Amino acid sequence: MEKIEDKNQQQEEEQVVNPWEVSAKEGGKIDYDKLIDKFGCQRLDQSFVDRVQRLTSRPPHVFLRRGVFFAHRDFNDILDAYERGEKFYLYTGRGPSSEALHLGHLIPFMFTKYLQDAFKVPLVIQLTDDEKCMWKNLSVEESQRLARENAKDIIACGFDISKTFIFSDFDYVGGAFYKNMVKVAKCVTYNKVVGIFGFTGEDHIGKVSFPPVQAVPSFPSSFPHLFSGKDNLRCLIPCAIDQDPYFRMTRDVAPRIGYHKPALIESLFFPALQGETGKMSASDPNSAIYVTDSAKDIKLKVNKHAFTGGQESIEKHRQYGANLEVDIPIKYLNFFLEDDAELEHIKKEYGAGRMLTGEVKKRLTEVLTELVERHRRARAAVTDVMVDAFMAVRPLPNMFD
Amino acid sequence: MGYSKDQLLARLKELQIEFSQYEHPVVLTVEAQAKYVGNMVGVLSKNLFLKDKKHRYYVVSALADTKVDLKVLSQRLGLGKGGLRMAPEEALGEILQVPLGCVTPFAVVNESARHVSLLLDQGFKSQECCIFHPLSNDMSISLNAQGLDTFLKSIGRNPSYIDLEANPPIGKDQPPDLAAFVPSDSPVLSDLPEKAPSAQDSTGKSVGAATNSAAVTAKAVKPSGNAQNVKEKPVDSVRPSIPAADAGKFVEELLDRASALLISEDSIKQHGGQLGAEVANNIKKCLREDIKNLATIFKNTAYTEGFYAGTRYQPKRL
Repeated sequence: MEKIEDKNQQQEEEQVVNPWEVSAKEGGKIDYDKLIDKFGCQRLDQSFVDRVQRLTSRPPHVFLRRGVFFAHRDFNDILDAYERGEKFYLYTGRGPSSEALHLGHLIPFMFTKYLQDAFKVPLVIQLTDDEKCMWKNLSVEESQRLARENAKDIIACGFDISKTFIFSDFDYVGGAFYKNMVKVAKCVTYNKVVGIFGFTGEDHIGKVSFPPVQAVPSFPSSFPHLFSGKDNLRCLIPCAIDQDPYFRMTRDVAPRIGYHKPALIESLFFPALQGETGKMSASDPNSAIYVTDSAKDIKLKVNKHAFTGGQESIEKHRQYGANLEVDIPIKYLNFFLEDDAELEHIKKEYGAGRMLTGEVKKRLTEVLTELVERHRRARAAVTDVMVDAFMAVRPLPNMFD
Repeated sequence: MGYSKDQLLARLKELQIEFSQYEHPVVLTVEAQAKYVGNMVGVLSKNLFLKDKKHRYYVVSALADTKVDLKVLSQRLGLGKGGLRMAPEEALGEILQVPLGCVTPFAVVNESARHVSLLLDQGFKSQECCIFHPLSNDMSISLNAQGLDTFLKSIGRNPSYIDLEANPPIGKDQPPDLAAFVPSDSPVLSDLPEKAPSAQDSTGKSVGAATNSAAVTAKAVKPSGNAQNVKEKPVDSVRPSIPAADAGKFVEELLDRASALLISEDSIKQHGGQLGAEVANNIKKCLREDIKNLATIFKNTAYTEGFYAGTRYQPKRL
């Protein structure tokens, strides 16, 4: 049985995690165990990682190996079906609220690209320009423009155009998509949506009626040009765990309208440079590494703003070692350093005090610079026509190849 | 497609350059030409198509009587004593796009001859008219140096005349006086026939051999690659870099990265005899993601071009 959030319960809890706000309890960090418990999803344990490796015949993605994607709903069903020869499709998205994308934004896309390549399945990407227009009070034109700009960075993550459909709500809502939206809306009472998302009497009706928009891409019939005749196709949604409420609602509604429940695979929050008290914020440039940062910027940010677990003096550091629990460079390396052996070595040496913070920061700067550089090169190759092509309502005949 | 004789003549008329023309049977040498154009006003020219060791090309156009010493010229260009030789026949067709025996200063009108350096005999200036082939050996045209200048300027060339018979001392304290005539951009065309076989070889051979040919290819390519990159950088922000859809450049980029990674001083020092095995490992580990990303960009760009063409496609008329 899944727990549906109750508004009162939310107010008593210490940490707040929902699509619009993520904050840990006073001075602490996010307690993911509590979150899994509260939300009612499952831990992704090593057996899943091994199974994925077996099924896809390739090494599992670094995010799986390091527990970045750590929770799921019904991922085992997806894998069972896959083993029987039944494919699925991927669904992920972005709320285009700003032009500046940081590494935290890229994480679900990097993982989704891996899933697309490993399982050879199609992908739909939703750009919720309408949501940002409503929540951030942007003009319609501005939110559409941001959607297209963000699409370029998303494409730069390396998605295969012959298997990927990107759409913006303002462009695509209508037809079969809208029919599903109405079906979903009919199944969710006003009280329930207030309970899940915390709407008040002061919130405008746009907000209240938005959730079905994010729910229906989970149903293949929303995309007749792609999945016509494949009503049984399952959906897997890689996302950050703060998006869980949308899909709890969707999973509750799905069986009532005759659809499969979408499966989820959820990630941790990428910590801000200054420390693990919340997620990166696009409005504070020093809290994050942006995809437009130069090598110099990255070096400066890592050196000046990264919160470390190193001791105050070299002598103390050699004696006690670093506090790996709070050290941001180590956490970042955990996300982005591919080589397991090297990471282990660094953790061991740093934790024992034999390696200094400066060295760890240097290695991190290298890794991040390479990542950002590669992204920038890919981004430079994305043209407006390419965005049009990704967003064109067209069949994808080779989407399972 | 190369510029044709008729196009050239039309252009000269457009530019209001005075010239006279004379048709005759095809001639391959100045002596043969002399037999037919003896009645023309003007002095015959001799034209040499030369190449240096770094595959740079030169057209030397001089009065028929001017003595041109290739050894001296080579030194004056800063190419050393034996740096200049006659260009191979294929280059004539590929770069100048004229037939054998038809080298002429007018050939630089072709895009393929963009990087060819043009050296003109100052002797032309003191003559009333000089005779050249207008891109074809079955005709000769006579015009004066000013007319030639006007034409060259119209195609963006700066005509400069030099004393081809001069033999200044070249040494440590006397730099080559014609060094400015050496083309600065490495030409791309001449490298192509050499590049293609290496690229094909490297897929078939074992890893060790592959890296050698890759290294050789990369070295040959690198200068032009860098020159192109430098040119493209300011444009990058406005347009996407062109290699995205060009299969040749795409493969060169891959080979560049592969060899840069493998044939570095560090890797040779580090691994010595084990280099072969290390090379294989490195290719797989470090390059796999990089190359996959490049391949995806390539695929997406190709698809996009098809998509664009599809939106503007005109269905067959029945």
